[in-house]
Amino acid sequence: MNTNQNTGHQIQAEKEFDLMDFFFQWEWLLVVIFIIINIMNSQLSPYYLNPYTLLDATMSFLDKAFIALPMAFVIIFGDIDISVGSTVALSSVVMAVLYNAGLAMPLAIIVCLLVGIIAGLLNGILIVKFKELSSVIVTLSTMILYRGIAYVILENQSAGDFPMWFNYFGWGYIQNTIPFILVVFVIAAVIFYLLLHKTTFGRKVYAIGNNDTASLFSGIKVDKTKIIVFTLNGLMAAIAAIFLTSRMGSTRPNIASGYELDIIAMVVLGGVSTSGGKGRMAGVLLSIFIIGYLRYGLGLVNVLSQVILIIIGALLIFSVMISNLKLHSDSSK
Amino acid sequence: MAESKSKNRLNSERIQQIREFSLLAFIIVLAVFVQLRNSRFLSLSNLTNLTTNTAILSILAVGMMMVIITRGIDLSIGANLALSGMISAMIVRAYPTLHPVLIILIGITIGLIGGTLIGLLVAKASILPIIATLGMMNIFRGITFLISGGRWVSAHQMPDSFKSISTGNLLGLNNLVVLAIIIYIVFYYFINHTRTGRKVYAIGSSPESARISGINVEKITIMVYSIMGSLSGLAGVLWVSKFASAQSNTAAGYELNVIAACVIGGISIAGGQGKVSGLLSGVLLYGMLQNALPMLNVSPFWQNAIQGAVILLAVIVSALIKRKTSKKNLIRQED
Repeated sequence: MNTNQNTGHQIQAEKEFDLMDFFFQWEWLLVVIFIIINIMNSQLSPYYLNPYTLLDATMSFLDKAFIALPMAFVIIFGDIDISVGSTVALSSVVMAVLYNAGLAMPLAIIVCLLVGIIAGLLNGILIVKFKELSSVIVTLSTMILYRGIAYVILENQSAGDFPMWFNYFGWGYIQNTIPFILVVFVIAAVIFYLLLHKTTFGRKVYAIGNNDTASLFSGIKVDKTKIIVFTLNGLMAAIAAIFLTSRMGSTRPNIASGYELDIIAMVVLGGVSTSGGKGRMAGVLLSIFIIGYLRYGLGLVNVLSQVILIIIGALLIFSVMISNLKLHSDSSK
Repeated sequence: MAESKSKNRLNSERIQQIREFSLLAFIIVLAVFVQLRNSRFLSLSNLTNLTTNTAILSILAVGMMMVIITRGIDLSIGANLALSGMISAMIVRAYPTLHPVLIILIGITIGLIGGTLIGLLVAKASILPIIATLGMMNIFRGITFLISGGRWVSAHQMPDSFKSISTGNLLGLNNLVVLAIIIYIVFYYFINHTRTGRKVYAIGSSPESARISGINVEKITIMVYSIMGSLSGLAGVLWVSKFASAQSNTAAGYELNVIAACVIGGISIAGGQGKVSGLLSGVLLYGMLQNALPMLNVSPFWQNAIQGAVILLAVIVSALIKRKTSKKNLIRQED
C-alpha cells in the first residue's frame, strides 16, 4: 500500500507528455459539454446563435462568476464559503444606503468594497483562529449574520436611484459591442489564473489543500494564506455586488440569495475537488460559461426558474459524483 | 495511566455539565429579564405557545443532532419538509376522508425517500454532506414548486381532521408537544442505550477507527440521513397542519434555525460529541429567543442578525471551552 503510493508520486513527478492523458482531461469533457449546450440552445431558439446574443448573455451571469474565481482557491483548500451571497447583499445594501444618505457614489463604491473585504476577513480570521470549527459552520453563521445586518439596515425596503453613470457597470458596452462586465471579468480571470498557476502563492494554496500540517512544517504561513484567500472572496463578492446592483438598478436585502449554489456548482463542475488540493482555473472558467449559457438558454425558452434550480442542483451532485469516481479509479491504479 | 485517563474523562464530563448548567442558568436569567420587561412572558398561555411553536424545531433538531454527530450537515431539511408537506396536503385535498395517521405516514415516507437518497449520495458516492444537501435542497424545492404549480393548498381545502393533528390536545398538552416528547424519549434511549446509537458516536469520533473495528460506516451514515429525512417528512405534515397552508417556499431557511439550536445545545460540529439533554436546552433557549424578541418589541428585521450573532457566539464559546478542557487534560498528564 505504502510503496504503491510512493511510486505513484514518482510517476507523477516524472510523467512525460502523454497524448491519451492530455485528451482525457476533465477540461476537454467540459469543452464537449460547452459545445453540446450551445448546439442545444441554438436548436431551442433561432435567435441564440449570433455573436451579439452570445456576448450579451454574459451580462446575465458574469456577476456571480467573479466570486467563482476566489471560491476555486477556497475549495482547493478543502474549505467552503457559503456566506458569499450574503456578503453580496450586505455590501450592496450598504453602498445604496450610503449613497442615498448623501455620500458621493465613488466613495459609496469604495465603502462597498471595504465591507466585502471586512466580511471576508472576518470569515478568514474566525476559520484560522478557531480551527475546531470548520469553514462550513463559520460561513453558515456569517451567512445568517451578514444577511441579517442587511435586513437591519434596509428592513424590507429597496434602495436605488443611482446616478446615470453607475448603470454603465451592468449595462455598458465597450465599442458598442463588448459588454463592460466581460472585459473586467477577463482581466480578473487572467489575474486569478496567474495567481493560482504562476506564483508561489498559488503553489502554497495547492500545498495547503493537499496537506496543511505538512505545509505548516515546511514553512508555509498557512493561516496568512487562508486569511488572504477568504478576504479575496469577500472582495470579489463586493465587486459582484457592484455589477449586480447596477444591473438591477436598485437593491434589497434579499438580493443574491442562493448565489452560493451557483458559484459552488461552477467551481465544482470545473473539476475542483471538494476534498482539496486539486483543480485548475481553466476548468472553472469553462464551467462558468457552461452554467451561464445553460441558464441563459433555458431562460430563452421560458423554462421555469425552479426547473433551472433542479438542473443546477443535479449538475452539482453529478459533477462531484463523477469526479469522485475518477478519484477512486486513480487511487486504485 | 488508566487512572489518569478516567480522571480526564471525568474532568471533560464535568466541563460538559458545567456547560449545560451555565446554559440553563442563562435560560433562567433570560426568562427573568424578559418577564420583567413584559409580564405576559411567563403566563401559561404564552408558555403553551412557546412549547407548541418550538415542537417542530425540536423534532427536526433530533435528526440534525445525529447528522452533526457523524460530522455531517443537512441543509436540505427545510426543502424536504416543504416537499413532503406539499404532497401530503395535496393528497388531503384530493381525499379529505383519509385518516390523519395515514397522512402522517405518507409524509414520513416521502421524507424518508429524500433522506435515504442523500444518505446514499454521502455514503456511497462519498459526496461532502454540504454539497450533496445543497444540491438536493434545490432539487426538492424545485420539485415542490413543479408539483404544486406554484399554488398554495390553503386552509379551506383541508378537512378539520387534518388540521386537528396539530391543534388537538392529549392529556392537556398540545399534540405537537406530546409527539416531540415521545420522539425525545425514544431517541434518548436509542442514542444512549442501543448498539446502533453508540455506533453513531463512534463514527463521528473517528470514522477510520470505526471502520477498522468493524462498524458498517456506510450503513449507519445512510441510516442517519434517512432518520433525518423521515423526521423532516413528519415535520412537513405537522407544519402544514399547524399553519393550515402548504406553499412552495414553506420553511425556506428553516434548516439554519435547526442547526443553530443544535450548535447552541453543544453538539460539536467536529463530530462525535453532543447529548440529548444539551440539545434540549439548546432548543429551549432558541425557542425562547424567538418567542421573547417580539415580546420585547424587537423589530422582526433584527431577528436574523441576532440569530446569526448568537450562533457564532455559541460555536466560538464551545470551541474555547473545548480548548480549555484539552489544555487542562494535558497538564494533568504531565503531573
